[in-house]
Amino acid sequence: MYKLDNLFARLTVAGLAVLSIQVAYAQNTQGSVKFPGIGRNATPAEVMAWDIDVRPDFKGLPKGSGSVEQGQAIWESKCASCHGVFGESNEIFTPIAGGTTADDVKTGRVASLADRKQPQRTTLMKVPTVSTLWDYIYRAMPWNAPRSLTPDDTYALVAFILSLGEIVPDDFVLSNTNIADVQKKMPNRNGMTRNHGFWSVNGKPDVNGSSCMTNCVKFVQIGSTLPDFARNAHGNIAEQNRLYGPYRGSDSTKPPIDKLPGSSAEGLAHAADTHAATTKGPAALFKNENCSACHAPNAKLVGPSIADIAAKYKGQSGAQEKLMAKVKNGGSGVWGAIPMPPQSQLSDEDRATLVRWVLTGQ
Amino acid sequence: MTKKQIELSAEDISAVEKPANRARLVKAPEHFISQELIADINSNGLDETRRGFLRKGFLSAIGGAAAGLAAPMAFAAGEGDPAILEKQEWQTTLGKNVATMPYGVPSIYEANLIRRESPGLTRVSAASVAFTPLQGLFGTITPNGLHFERHHQGWYNLNPETHRLMVNGMVKNARVFTMNDLMRLPSVSRTHFIECGANTGLEWGNVAVPTVQYTHGMLSCCEFTGVPLKVLLEECGADLKKGKFLLAEGGDGSGMTRTINLESCLDDTIVAWSMNGEMLRPENGFPLRLVVPGVQGVSWVKWLRRLEVGDMPWNAKDEAVHYIELMPDGMHRQYASIQECKSVITTPSGGQQLLDKGFYNVSGMAWSGRGKIRRVDVSFDGGNNWRTARLETPVLTKSITRFNIDWVWDGSPAILQSRAVDDTGYIQPSIKVLRDLRGNRSIYHNNAIQSWKLDSNGEVSNVQVG
Repeated sequence: MYKLDNLFARLTVAGLAVLSIQVAYAQNTQGSVKFPGIGRNATPAEVMAWDIDVRPDFKGLPKGSGSVEQGQAIWESKCASCHGVFGESNEIFTPIAGGTTADDVKTGRVASLADRKQPQRTTLMKVPTVSTLWDYIYRAMPWNAPRSLTPDDTYALVAFILSLGEIVPDDFVLSNTNIADVQKKMPNRNGMTRNHGFWSVNGKPDVNGSSCMTNCVKFVQIGSTLPDFARNAHGNIAEQNRLYGPYRGSDSTKPPIDKLPGSSAEGLAHAADTHAATTKGPAALFKNENCSACHAPNAKLVGPSIADIAAKYKGQSGAQEKLMAKVKNGGSGVWGAIPMPPQSQLSDEDRATLVRWVLTGQ
Repeated sequence: MTKKQIELSAEDISAVEKPANRARLVKAPEHFISQELIADINSNGLDETRRGFLRKGFLSAIGGAAAGLAAPMAFAAGEGDPAILEKQEWQTTLGKNVATMPYGVPSIYEANLIRRESPGLTRVSAASVAFTPLQGLFGTITPNGLHFERHHQGWYNLNPETHRLMVNGMVKNARVFTMNDLMRLPSVSRTHFIECGANTGLEWGNVAVPTVQYTHGMLSCCEFTGVPLKVLLEECGADLKKGKFLLAEGGDGSGMTRTINLESCLDDTIVAWSMNGEMLRPENGFPLRLVVPGVQGVSWVKWLRRLEVGDMPWNAKDEAVHYIELMPDGMHRQYASIQECKSVITTPSGGQQLLDKGFYNVSGMAWSGRGKIRRVDVSFDGGNNWRTARLETPVLTKSITRFNIDWVWDGSPAILQSRAVDDTGYIQPSIKVLRDLRGNRSIYHNNAIQSWKLDSNGEVSNVQVG
């Protein structure tokens, strides 16, 4: 029996090999003259599978439609955890909506880009074309599960975003037939220029420096320095340089030294005891797995703070298991309307470590 | 692993070296054998007891040598430097076997020079930046493990066996290539810099970060190997008369798409699989990335899986929402691609500490997206007077050129600057010249002259002049 199976397997493999060689040969003869045997023609299905880009003239846009209402439902379950319920969140990425007016829709120029009344530039303040929103959402969203939306989902989400900017009304249905008309209402559709020298390597630069060599400035004025409190904002700089050699790093955990260390570096008391600090353990895991995007130690961000979670579950039996399941499967309703997306990428071990750390700080 | 080793060695050092013993000459091994023992061995030969005495003396001598590593160089007059007078561990014991580290890692003493994120720059590390430690690099080539990282949706280790490159759009035949196919084609190897359009972008408004790693570290330079884009497009029968633009698409979750202006990039763009002689690193696009010399890094699409020839720009998300420059009148400059001529002094640079007055080799990097570096001038007085630096060869087009200049520091405060000129005659501008035209909300394409202030205590800090 074993022998028969083995023989059958061999025959099958051989058969497939012959078949695939024939296919490859047939395709190779279709194109390559200069480099015979290299590459093959793409099948129509292959091109269709990958050629998903949508241009400003809507070449590549699939048929479909979606309403603002449908978009809102998808948004709240898949997008709000990062972008806020109204696309206003500035916690993880810059806000999607805000900063545009009915007047901007008329002029095609977002006034607050020039008058600086908005502290933050939102997506709708910048993006000149609807095609851009459609293309990006379809190809890359949701952030942790790209390519999981259907064309109709995408139409609905774009419609919802446009309604947040009051570019379309709340009862609007966006479709492949009316999308070009909507593009004519984009608030910043006239806000982009290619009239500059950076587009082409042969372009003309907009500025040029001075070639002055002596007595070039009357007096040297320092316009900006790092404030003293920022001295250690990037960690200990001593640990980010060689511990030997003529250029050491300053110990930014301490105030500047009084005098030169001396050519033997004797005056750098810290030199021997500064060495690269490793970040390991649950705190590093928390950061590296992007939990810190939504949760902070003591402040509410998109999600509750670590301190609040620990307080809520303090003394509860089975809290560890309960929270581990929540982290794995996601959850909603405990801390507000914004759901926590499932974190299925985490190993059981890492989940256990993270939850223990959240609950006990250890 | 290497970090742990460093910690251990530091512990070892502190265990054998009490502060009071610092700078004291430690006895050489032979001094640990008493005259009595030598006489004893000479007359009676070695036995286990006598071997034990020897071994003990030898081990404490090794401890002394380790202490010498961290001790300052000061020593009593007439004696000498322990680093010379004492036998070192590596002179007196057997070293490690060949291929103990089959791919090799840097010395444990180099563990501080690593890619680093700037705290608070982004909230999510999968869409963030890790900066190259320019303050510790030499020459022009970036080691592969230190090449800066910028991802839009995290990186993956793509399987090269199932990776495909599709060429479609305005071509006679839409074609598919495997890595096996591509690596059989005629290849070129060229050295080019890659710089993120946002490099130094944090400093448009004011000084924001302390070191050259964070001000300029979205910059790397490598020898890339791959097939010229032109070869592939011609192979597919691309219509290069009507098809003036190319869409490059990545195979990652963001499906990163960028419009390439074929008119100016067709001749030197490479579809590359190798960086500095090895395959691309996963975090730099393994197994395939686009190399678009002179053009901002975001266009060097990583994990490249598709090239589409077209007759208009695509206005992709990163061409319409990011990588656009806000001008004072509220207009955005779109498709600002070219990285203009720029330079920076890397040693000494912000956050560093000079040890003493006297001679220094001041060194830095210069590069231009439009061609070769022609000259670099250096000022030590905040831009009042300038001296021309030495350019080290090779001076390659759209590549980093290393410059050096001799300097004797007299111990008084100084402001160091470098100013590069490329072979189009373009001179690197001051931040004031840039701001006067573009305002301070641009984020991208800040190629201003960098100023480093040196205080009389030897500490260097990041400042802006004017």
